[in-house]
Parts: sequence; structure tokens; C-alpha cells
Amino acid sequence: MLTFWTFALGLAILLYVVLDGFDLGVGILFPFAPSETARRNMLSAISPVWDGNETWLIVAASVLFGIFPLVYSTLLSALYLPLIVMLMALILRGVAFEFRYKATRSRILWDVGFAGGSIVASFIQGVAVGALVEGLPIQKGQYVGGAFGWASPFALLCGVGLCLGYALLGAGWLTYKTAEDIQDMAFRILPRLLFAVLAFLAVAFVWALVLDLRVMHRWLEEPFLVVFPLIGIAACRFLLTAVRKRRQLVPFLCGAAIFAAAFATLAVSFYPYMIPFTITIAEAAAPASSLAFMFWGNGLFILPLTLIYTLVVYFVFKGKVDTHQEYH
Amino acid sequence: MELSALLLSRIQFAFTVSFHIIFPAFTVGLAAWLCFLEALSLATGNPLYRRLFDFWLKIFAVAFGLGVVSGIVLAFEFGTNWSELSRRTGAIQGPLLGYESFTAFALEASFFGVLIFGRSRVRPWFYMIACLMVALGTTLSSYWIMVNNSWMQWPVGYATAPDGSFIPTDWHAIIFSPVVWVRFPHMLLAAYVTSAFCVAATGAWHLLRGRFRSEAKAMLVMGLGLAAVLVPAQIMFGHLVGDFTHDKQPAKFAAIEGRWHDEQPASEVVIAWPDEANERNRFEISIPYLGSLIASMRLDSKEVGLTSFPAADRPPVVIPFFAFRVMVGCGMLMLFLAWFGSYLSVRDQLERHRWFLWASFFSFPLGFIATLTGWFTAEVGRQPWTVYGLLRTSDAATPFLTVPQVAISLVIFSAVYAVIFLFGAIYIYRLLRSGPEADHAAVAGATNPKRPLSVPGQSPGIR
Repeated sequence: MLTFWTFALGLAILLYVVLDGFDLGVGILFPFAPSETARRNMLSAISPVWDGNETWLIVAASVLFGIFPLVYSTLLSALYLPLIVMLMALILRGVAFEFRYKATRSRILWDVGFAGGSIVASFIQGVAVGALVEGLPIQKGQYVGGAFGWASPFALLCGVGLCLGYALLGAGWLTYKTAEDIQDMAFRILPRLLFAVLAFLAVAFVWALVLDLRVMHRWLEEPFLVVFPLIGIAACRFLLTAVRKRRQLVPFLCGAAIFAAAFATLAVSFYPYMIPFTITIAEAAAPASSLAFMFWGNGLFILPLTLIYTLVVYFVFKGKVDTHQEYH
Repeated sequence: MELSALLLSRIQFAFTVSFHIIFPAFTVGLAAWLCFLEALSLATGNPLYRRLFDFWLKIFAVAFGLGVVSGIVLAFEFGTNWSELSRRTGAIQGPLLGYESFTAFALEASFFGVLIFGRSRVRPWFYMIACLMVALGTTLSSYWIMVNNSWMQWPVGYATAPDGSFIPTDWHAIIFSPVVWVRFPHMLLAAYVTSAFCVAATGAWHLLRGRFRSEAKAMLVMGLGLAAVLVPAQIMFGHLVGDFTHDKQPAKFAAIEGRWHDEQPASEVVIAWPDEANERNRFEISIPYLGSLIASMRLDSKEVGLTSFPAADRPPVVIPFFAFRVMVGCGMLMLFLAWFGSYLSVRDQLERHRWFLWASFFSFPLGFIATLTGWFTAEVGRQPWTVYGLLRTSDAATPFLTVPQVAISLVIFSAVYAVIFLFGAIYIYRLLRSGPEADHAAVAGATNPKRPLSVPGQSPGIR
């Protein structure tokens, strides 16, 4: 049961990162759109799916609360301010998305809100991951870092890194969903974004070595871990080829593979901890009666249903957005 | 009162949850109302019901979206501001709230898509089923919320672990707790009554403006007619909730009653100003014997006063005392409007009494006010406990939050909510004003309930 829920949580987080990652990425790239038509096409490329993507954030939070209450309470309270700001950024961004079409004079304002909200939300998610990797100051199951205990230079760097990563996913999605000038732009910036992401990873890696992070020791203990970065490198290689040949869907898939590899790397190097290196999966887990209660309804029926629903939505909205079709 | 992080967290939670409850209170009832209209439309084939359905579907979509958006915040606040609560009760509250968000998504979101897109693509009977599924989804959502809240009011089916956390030992006892079966109908009926009065008020409004006469009259008559049945049922369930409070939460009951000392027989305080410092009421008007009669259905029962509880275990008095009276006042007003209006409508005299149309029009906030004040009574009356008798609110909060942190988050919440819900309210107002014959095609552009503002209406930015 616990294994099932651990995987379910991992799946929900990975799906969230990849799916909402690309639509946040489109938001990050939004200011670079060459024209109003391009902007509309960018929005059309994500409008049927972005809210469904954010559902996975709620699924992840629900599973954390119900199955790993200790992690839910420790992590959410430790990241108090960033989380509140992230939620508000996500909400503002979602609303701006709709309001820009209702507005005539204030459209620029909502555009700034959409791009700004996307950047802030992505940055904070990256900071949160960075803070986890570096290790949150926790003593006896209690966070002791104060209001800004998470805000280390390393964590902030990870925030920038995730913005770049999401932008990469977003550009990949745009090559798949759009055509003409906006697709050209996406193909043009994909290699640059890839190099920026790789540069970030290199800096973060060296920095982690310098900080002598405990996560790094796991790599010496378990050399087979290296398989995940290798998958990532292969994906980078494919991505560059795909861009050169102007393949439409492959860049996004490669981006998703890079994220999956990074996610797996982190997950395995944290294991068996959920909050490294203080709370393990077993310590965090709710009692068996809670796991079972969640399993027989949510786990067995509703989680698969949600997955199917997600697939159906993507199937229904497959293909290019129509350049000349209006948003509504 | 000293401005502490705890107090600010309480204000923040009260603010966000009160904002949230407005929308479910509306949509749970509207979903049922839509089922009712669709069933009437199928049964009679009268196009009037179809026009009403399309009109209210648009409003439902916006209100539903705003409810989802404001609800997401709550899913995180348990962890951010109430980390001790979520650590200690997570094994019970987590799965309950998990079921809420999972069922909400599975039923509401997917079938809502059918309501918006599917009119021309599915058979009428399937469309009817989709309506029912959306209504079932909203109902189940409120069911899980009420199970969770009822557990906090009257914890059952748990054991305590050495680290202070609660372990569920009997899920059956938790989800079928007798408390749930009075409080859940009370909430459900509150939503139905709220929506009924919104429907009636919209009808009265358009009648006063002299537009959409047949639709407006149908809304007014149906809204008042439903309310005429629902309000008495609601008062009965309110009484049952009162019985539960009397038996299980005597301190809350005493605070609601404004009863400071044990009395036999007890009188009923109609109105007063509770003076907490001196443990007495000022300007009190009370009726002898009625207190015993209401509490125990006897004229000579002994009823407990607040001073029988240690000061540390007493709830604040002023808020539950007045909130309860406002709620009951709204209920009585709604009962009068519903019954008198139904009497007028039976004699077909509604349109002749313009004062009554005005009164019905201004009745639209009554249901919302009653719902909110009812929740204030229940939640403030539960203090100083978060989990009644087991976990104090002061022990439930995140221990290391500071005043500046919560002050900042409260300011951010207030600003963002103000913007979003101002626009949302304007939007709903425009939809209501444009009336039931507004263009049908407008509904067809939407994709999903979490995008409230994408659904209906004009987009001036686009031609």
C-alpha cells in the first residue's frame, strides 16, 4: 500500500512538473512573442489543458496530506511565504489568461500578469527543490530555519534553473502545437535554452560538490545512479538533432525525458528519505488504516480515472492550433 | 486582543474559508436547480425551461470556477498555517479531504465538460445524467467537507498515538457519524435555500425591469415555491443541529444562548449585549421558561451556564451569540417571504404587489448571510478547540510562524482575492442582468470548470 502511494505521489509530481511545466514555460516565453497573433497562438496552444495540468498539483497535495501528513505539515509550513506567493501567482496567471480577452484597454496589464505569474510560480518551485536538495534546517521533526531559511544562493540558482527548464519544455510544446513565426521562434531558441539548462546543471553540480552536499555522497555509494544522467544526455543529443531536422513533437518529448531523468535522479538519491535527510518515507506515512481507506476509493478508481481523463483531453485537443481560429 | 501570529492565522483562515463558502453555497444549490430545470424540460418539452437552464448554466459556470480557485488555497493552508493540526490529524483529515478533491475532480469536472460542450453531441437522457452527476459531485464534495468538519466538532473512531497524532481506528464510525447526518443536510439545505432565493430575486429583478416576463415570473414562482418547502425543512434540521450542540458541546450552546449561570428553569435570551469581562448580559430581554423548552423540550429542565466551565475552555460569546441570531433572523425573514410569496403566487397577485417584488429582489443575500453566520456560530463556538476537547487552536497552529510572515500573506490574499472576486462579481452581475434570452451560442466556447471566466459572454477584445 505504501509502495503504491509512494509511486502515485511520484507520478503525480512528475506529471505536474512535465505538464504544468510546459504551460508555465509558454508563459515564460510569452514576452518574446513576435506578434499579437503569435501571442494568441501561444495561449491557444495551452488553453484547453493548462487547468487540467494544475490538477496534478492538487492531487499531489491531497496525497501528501492523506498519506504523508508529516511531510505535508513540515514542508508546507517551512516554505510558508514562497508557497503563498506561488499559489497567488498561479491564480493570477490563470485569471489573467481569461481576462486578457475580456479587456480592451488593460490587455497589456493582464499580459504582464500572465508572464509574471508564470515566472514567479516556476521560480518558486525551483527554489523549493533547491532548498530540499541542500537540506532544510530541521531539528527533531521541526523546521527551525525562520521565514527565509529556504532562501540560500543555491536554492535561488535552482529557481532560475527551473525557469530555464520550463521554458525549454514550453518551447518544445510550441514547436508541436504551432506553426509559422511562433514555431520558428521556438525552434530558434530551443538549442539556446538547452545550453542554458546544461550550463545551469553544470554550475549546480560543481556548487553541490563545493558545498559537499550529502546528496552527492549517494552517488559514490550507488554508482548505478549514473544511468539517469546518461538518459538525460542522450535526450539532449536527440533534441539537438530533432531541432536541426525540424521534427515537431520530438523536442517536447526530449524535454520531458530530460525532466523525467532529473526527477528520477533526485528521487533515487533522496530514497528512502522524503525530506532529505530527516524524514523517511516510512516515518512520514500515515497509519495503515488511512492508507487502506484512501486506496480502496481514490487509489483504485479515481486516480486511474483522472489519468484516463487527462489522456482523453490531450487526445481530443491533439494537433496544431488553428492560426486563424480565434481563441473562443 | 494581542496581535499574534495565531490570531492572524485565524483571521486569514476565516477570511479565505468564508470567501470560499459563498461559492459552493451557491453552486451546490444551482447544480440541483439545473437538474430540476432539465428534468422539467424533458418532461414537458416547454422551451421556457430550456432557456432558463441555459441562463443559469452560465452563472453556474462562473460561480463554480471561482469556488474551485478559492478552494485550492484551502488545500494548502492546513499545511502552511496549521502544521500541528495537519501533522496530528492528517491521518484522518487528509484522506477525508483527499476524497473531497478526488471525487470533485472525477465527477464535477468531467461531466461539467458534457454540460458545456455536449448539448448537441449527446442524447438528451445522457445530458440529464451528466446534470445529475455534476449535482452528485457537488453534493459529495460537501458531504466529505461536512464529514471532516463534523469530526473536528465531535471526534469519533480514533486512537491517540504517543506523539500526539490521531490514528483512525473506525472509518465507518467517522464517515457515518450521527453528527454528520444532521449537519450535512443542514448545509445542503442551506445551499438549496440560498440558490432558491437567488433565483427568485433574479426573477423579481427582471419583473421590476419589465423584461423577460414569462421567464422572470417562472423564476420568481419556482424560487419562492421551492423555498416555501425548503425553509421549514431547514429550520427543522437547524433545530436538530441545536440538539446535537446542546448534548455534545454544552459550552458552545451556552455561548449561543448567552447564558452565564446555570438556570432551572432556564429563560431564553432574545437579545442582549454579552459582557464577557463581567460574565453577564447588558440590556437583556429574555423570556422565562422558553430556554428550557427550546433546549430540552421541558419547562423545568436545568440548563448549563458558561461559568460552569473553566475560563480556558469557554468559547468567545459575542460572535456566536450574534451570528446565531442573525442566522435565525434571516431564516425567519426567508420563511415569511417564501410563504407569503407562494400565497400571492397561488392567487396570481405577485406582479400587483411591487413592494413584494422589491422585497424579493433584495432577499438575494439572505441565504449567503445565513450560511456564513451559521458557520461563524459553529466554528467560533467550537473554540478554544480546533478538534473539540482534544486539540486546542493555539496548539494547532504552525509553531514558528511570525507576525510579519502571516501579516504579509494576509495582505497578499486580501489584494488578490479583492481583484479576482471583484471581477468575478461584476461578471456574474452582467450575466444576470443580460437575462435568460442572451445568445445561446455564448456557452459553447468553454473548456473546463476551472476556467470560470472563459465560459460565457462577450469578449470585447475579439471580433
